[in-house]
Amino acid sequence: MFVKPQQLRDAGILGLNERNADFIMRFNPRRLYPRVDDKALTKELALDAGMAVPELYGIISNQGEAREFGQIVAERDSFVIKPAQGSGGDGILVVTGRSTRKRNLFRLSSGVLISEAEIAHHISNIVSGQYSLSGNPDKALIEYCVRFDPVFAEVSYQGVPDIRVIVYRGYPAMAMVRLPTRASDGKANLHQGAVGAGVDMSSGETLTGVLDNDVVDEHPDTGALVSGLRIPQWEFILQSSARGCDVTDLGYLGVDMVIDRDLGPMILEMNARPGLNIQIANCTGLATRIARINEIYDADANFEERARLARREFPAERQTSIEF
Amino acid sequence: MTKKYVYGLAAFLAIAGLSVFVYKWQVLDFPLSMNQETSVWTIESSISFESGPGSIKVNLLIPTLTPGFRMLNENSVSRGFGFSLNYGSGGREAQWAIRRADGPQTIYYRISVYEDTGTDQSDTTPPFPPPPVINEPFRTAVDVIVADVKEQSADTASFTAELLRQMNDPSPDPNVELLLSNAANRAEFVDSITTILALARIPARVVHGFELQGRMRNAEPVAWLEVHDGDRWRYFNPLTGEENLPARFLVWWRGNEPLISVEGGSNVQVSFAVQENHLDAVTIAETQVTQQGASAIDFSLYSLPIQTQAVYGVLLMIPIGALVMVFLRNIIGIDAFGTFMPVLIALAFRETKLFWGVILFSFLVALGLSIRFLLERLRLLLVPRLSAVLIVVVILMLLISLMSHRLGMETGLSVALFPMVIIAMTIERMSVVWEERGAADAMRAGLGSLLVAVAAYVCMGMAWLEHLIFTFPELLLVVLAIVVLAGRYTGYRLLELSRFKALTSR
Repeated sequence: MFVKPQQLRDAGILGLNERNADFIMRFNPRRLYPRVDDKALTKELALDAGMAVPELYGIISNQGEAREFGQIVAERDSFVIKPAQGSGGDGILVVTGRSTRKRNLFRLSSGVLISEAEIAHHISNIVSGQYSLSGNPDKALIEYCVRFDPVFAEVSYQGVPDIRVIVYRGYPAMAMVRLPTRASDGKANLHQGAVGAGVDMSSGETLTGVLDNDVVDEHPDTGALVSGLRIPQWEFILQSSARGCDVTDLGYLGVDMVIDRDLGPMILEMNARPGLNIQIANCTGLATRIARINEIYDADANFEERARLARREFPAERQTSIEF
Repeated sequence: MTKKYVYGLAAFLAIAGLSVFVYKWQVLDFPLSMNQETSVWTIESSISFESGPGSIKVNLLIPTLTPGFRMLNENSVSRGFGFSLNYGSGGREAQWAIRRADGPQTIYYRISVYEDTGTDQSDTTPPFPPPPVINEPFRTAVDVIVADVKEQSADTASFTAELLRQMNDPSPDPNVELLLSNAANRAEFVDSITTILALARIPARVVHGFELQGRMRNAEPVAWLEVHDGDRWRYFNPLTGEENLPARFLVWWRGNEPLISVEGGSNVQVSFAVQENHLDAVTIAETQVTQQGASAIDFSLYSLPIQTQAVYGVLLMIPIGALVMVFLRNIIGIDAFGTFMPVLIALAFRETKLFWGVILFSFLVALGLSIRFLLERLRLLLVPRLSAVLIVVVILMLLISLMSHRLGMETGLSVALFPMVIIAMTIERMSVVWEERGAADAMRAGLGSLLVAVAAYVCMGMAWLEHLIFTFPELLLVVLAIVVLAGRYTGYRLLELSRFKALTSR
């Protein structure tokens, strides 16, 4: 059931204690956390840097404005409403279109119709802090609804697949694609049962997947092979995540990106405490890569060079097929 | 860099804590284990006499050096007598004096001692005794005996043993018979032996004492022979020649001086009574410390009022619970809700006892959780929602108590001891995790919390540990040092060894 610690160390696996003590506490000062915990601020920082993010239609930050949301989306048929400080995908409302009969009836991604008043009520809940972890008053973001690229259509069950890149001191270190499943209720969250698939850093091609700490080859719902998918605009994705470090100053960062069918990769959010399952998805230890980045670290390198180095340094060792 | 500070701090804390601990343990004799009771003997000597017409002065020889025993306290009870302690030629003397007294008088001197094999109250090396003046025909007899014994012995010890053998021979030689003709009792017998030894230039003296055992109403002092071999004092049984001191032999006085002298009184009677008590070793250590004037005792928890002591008895175990928690979470890697929730639950288990504690806790959380899910539909805001959960928890506790009382199960009443705020927070956290990460994670973390609470309860309930921490609160510094070190433990957690197993099988 257990392996020896030395075996993990040889495999370069990063443990939780080491991640917390040596990387998060060292490279992520707490005062910078709002930059990633508040999605409105993250978006603002990313926009200032000229990075691609889902377009923001409006922010509602007090109860009185909740009724105005109708004007904000007057020109839009699809949009997403999310709490700025939510976590785990809670409180997110995805509107995919309007009723053909009445313009103030909205169709959710699940197909249910919902009235404008109900949405206003949901927004008012968000603003009052219903979904914020700390329970403090929050803001509701209304933004562009991503139409995700068909590359992952075969390996997703509803929901939006996203790409998680771990960026260490500005260098992309490891990446995975998170694919929603029926068990995860369409959320791209590994804790809830989404499949994570490792990514070859040099080519942007997916490797095997991980489901609940176990390695899997196929998507549990669609049965399609998880590996061998080529992620479009991989270079751009790596560059964007490398820039995520520039705008947040966080030295140990998880950057979550989605690929829009029309607009290409966009930064969805960032995370100051990214999980460690990515190692299982990639069948590779993070510690090894972090050690390598420490060796080649160059404070003056710009994001393009850092992304290029990541591609050069961290190719997948082989197309893995694990034998037990 | 940080590591260096951490190690430095941890080392400092550990050394500080351990050194105070060792000092109190080794030097001040605080007991390591609980209920370590030490037998305390109280020896009471009562002196009664008829007072004469004039002033009265009473001198009683009392214990000075007592190998194997340590004095706890001593006192005297007398009516109207002035009391003082002096050093005389034979050791310590208690002296009572009064200008005038009428009728029969009784004076008490009481001493309490306890066994302490560690006390080596070494006596000074005596000078060689001057050759005693012995009148004929005894002189010749002694000379013959000494020459004879010298012939058959090698050193002081064997000389004494051989001498005692000859003196105790059932068919004694005429010289011995002559010497012993005027030894009326054991003390005089031993006294005559010391005279013979003095002639052989061997320092020797009589020791009088008591073999302490249980309760003795009329204890008679027993004479023993003490011989100095140039290095240390040795004890001989004057009747058998065996070199030993009986177990629990309390030396009362040495030499051949009379035990008691009363000036101005008559018809003097001295009797001894021995009483064995059991005293908590902590009490003894404290009395000892107070006598020595060490200041460590001022900070001892035993100086607090009893009720406060009871509170601290529990409070001091919380760090142990926290230590267990740190270990289970950071070294083992068990998921649990909240940082200290399990420790507080473990505290509640102390009152409810484990079995019922676990059952009541699970029941309460399960009920609260289902009601929390009902509340979820109302979409309440955070603070009102938490308050609602809290109120529900209080109502549930009340109901459980009432129900179990009706059913005649009094254990159910102890549910009131659960920290309700903690339970409300647990329910809230659990439902949030349930929503965010699914039922499996919530159940796992819930069970993890329960597991940590049980482990903390077991560790916090160890009586010896509780005693140890309570008697040596400085050990908390060591606990702190361990926790600080664990804070810099960056190795793998035990459960990660299984979680990342797949990565090593290549």
